[in-house]
Amino acid sequence: MAATAAPDHEEWIENGPSGGRLGRAWLTELWEYRELGAFFAWRELKLRYKQSVLGIAWVLLQPLLGMILFSALFARAVDVPSDGARYPLFAYVGLAVWAALTAGVSRAGEILTEDPNLVTKVYFPRVLAPAGTVLASGLDILIALLLVGPLMAIYGVTPPVELLLLPLCVVGLLLVAFAIGIWMSALQVLYRDIRYAMTFGLQAWLFASPVLYPSSLISGDLRLLYFVNPAAGIVESFRACVLGTPLYGPGIAISAASLVTLALTGLAYFKRVERSFADRI
Amino acid sequence: MGDVVVQADGVAKRYRIGEDYQTYRTLRDAVGGLFSRRDARPRRAEIWALDDVSFEVSRGEVLGIVGPNGSGKTTLLKLVSRITAPTRGVVRTRGRAGAILEIGTGFHPELTGAENILLNAAVLGMPRREARRKFGDIVDFAGVGPFIETPLKRYSSGMRMRLAFAIASQVEPPILAVDEVLAVGDAEFQRRCLDKMSELGGAGRTVLFVSHDHGAITRLCTRAIWLDRGHIRAEGNPAEVVRDYLHSIASKGGAVELDIDPGSPAGVRSVALVSANGDPSTTFGRDQPLELRLDLEAFRFVPGLDVAVQIFASDGIRVIHEAWLDESRPPLPEGKTLLTFRMPALLAPGRYVVGVRVGDAAGNHQAREALSFEVLPLPADPVDGRLRITQPPVSWSATPL
Repeated sequence: MAATAAPDHEEWIENGPSGGRLGRAWLTELWEYRELGAFFAWRELKLRYKQSVLGIAWVLLQPLLGMILFSALFARAVDVPSDGARYPLFAYVGLAVWAALTAGVSRAGEILTEDPNLVTKVYFPRVLAPAGTVLASGLDILIALLLVGPLMAIYGVTPPVELLLLPLCVVGLLLVAFAIGIWMSALQVLYRDIRYAMTFGLQAWLFASPVLYPSSLISGDLRLLYFVNPAAGIVESFRACVLGTPLYGPGIAISAASLVTLALTGLAYFKRVERSFADRI
Repeated sequence: MGDVVVQADGVAKRYRIGEDYQTYRTLRDAVGGLFSRRDARPRRAEIWALDDVSFEVSRGEVLGIVGPNGSGKTTLLKLVSRITAPTRGVVRTRGRAGAILEIGTGFHPELTGAENILLNAAVLGMPRREARRKFGDIVDFAGVGPFIETPLKRYSSGMRMRLAFAIASQVEPPILAVDEVLAVGDAEFQRRCLDKMSELGGAGRTVLFVSHDHGAITRLCTRAIWLDRGHIRAEGNPAEVVRDYLHSIASKGGAVELDIDPGSPAGVRSVALVSANGDPSTTFGRDQPLELRLDLEAFRFVPGLDVAVQIFASDGIRVIHEAWLDESRPPLPEGKTLLTFRMPALLAPGRYVVGVRVGDAAGNHQAREALSFEVLPLPADPVDGRLRITQPPVSWSATPL
């Protein structure tokens, strides 16, 4: 019954007009609230795999149907190159990564606005909501990739050694989803109609990413510029990892730099505006 | 008062309010704003919800906050719990301050009762280990045992409320800020809520408690603050603060217009207290019946819409609390309705305040101390100085045996 306040609970917590900077105090607080971040991930998983009738099948079906469609269309009619991999496999991996990435980005974007009471009635470091939500995409991609095994067997392809680097790719994917999702999340609270722009944006983004075609189609300096899109780096990394397609080193470096920039600026922006979320949502 | 745990220092909070109370902007506005001159954009009204508020709360204190609607009570709780940031000034708390401003935050209809317990507890800041330990208590308290693996969408609204309340009542941060969570409706809930409050107070927790239940404030709080249009108007002994606050409510000739919060689905537009001959009045002899007329407006049909009338004695004791739905009367319709509340002669001479509440299962839409009136002694009454709340007409007879 006695109040057993831990020493760290005894520190003064300040709420003033300024603040909202990234720093040690913020990291400490994130750590204290880490369970809530995990809960957001857990809730997202529960909902994603419970709400739809197809459940897990949906995660597989989405890239599978896309693969069949685009293989029939692109590979035959236009003869899109695929960096030496079989086009259906090439497309499947690209589409699986893409589905997980965009699910993460759009769910992170809407998590705060779909339940405004989370923002107006309780306190927690707001960044945990989009961050936790994004984590669910990790499972999406792992489940989707399970189908690559049988597909490779069908096409008589053996997995490369690089497959061991898959966990690294998954972490990369989550980071890309987080970096972009956090921007979307903050912008959607502040500008409600960004949702409509996002639908279009995601489509445009698909065509600007090497999902259905390889980045090797683009030549010269333009290819470097192309990799400023961090999705380009992550999609091609996954393919290199699973299918052993060649990786364009300078491009990956640019994607990584771009990812770090997006994530840090996104965090800083989110942190700066989150204090007004409750008043504006 | 050495052990201060909450400290507000010159705190002010400004809200910008657009014409339609829309507080977020659209991208279109932002882009449009680039091309239009500044003053061409619609001016937004500003409201200072709190202005230059300073106070301190010591460990173990239960601070009651009273005041009319819109006086900044909830904003104050939001600042203490860091839900929103002050425009000026600083609020400091020693340790984390948890807020219960509504119950069931983060509930998801697709998840089961059990899943929602863990989730809601986490949202309210309860560590998972603690939530697991209290799980059984929560389920028992809510009385939802057999349905715990059922999705929340299959729960009745009553069950959902009980579950939400059971979780909220188990949250015990070092500093707790509680808004009047349950108002119209279940008396059992209100009792439990108050029990919980007094239990927390007894256990040495620091509590900030917003309520229109002035009796509860007087009983449970060690100190009270009266907020009026964003300023602290009085501070000190709860009984005195409550009394002064209730005294301030003007009688205004027995009839008063009330404001309905924007966005509320229903509310009472005006309240009139009338005497037996139908005229508005603020003074009644103690042998006269009371009649209260409420102009209710429901902008749409609200399921479970309820209207309650409360009469407080000047020390905050609630003498009367009656609600429309108490006796399973028919649902209140959409549109304008005149509700008439009649009460026989009952009250002892003194000053009373009429409170009006409108709400549904989700909570309050309107809670106002509407007006005050005076009950006068009869000319024949002796000045006896006896303390009493009721003094209905009685009769004596003496029969020789």
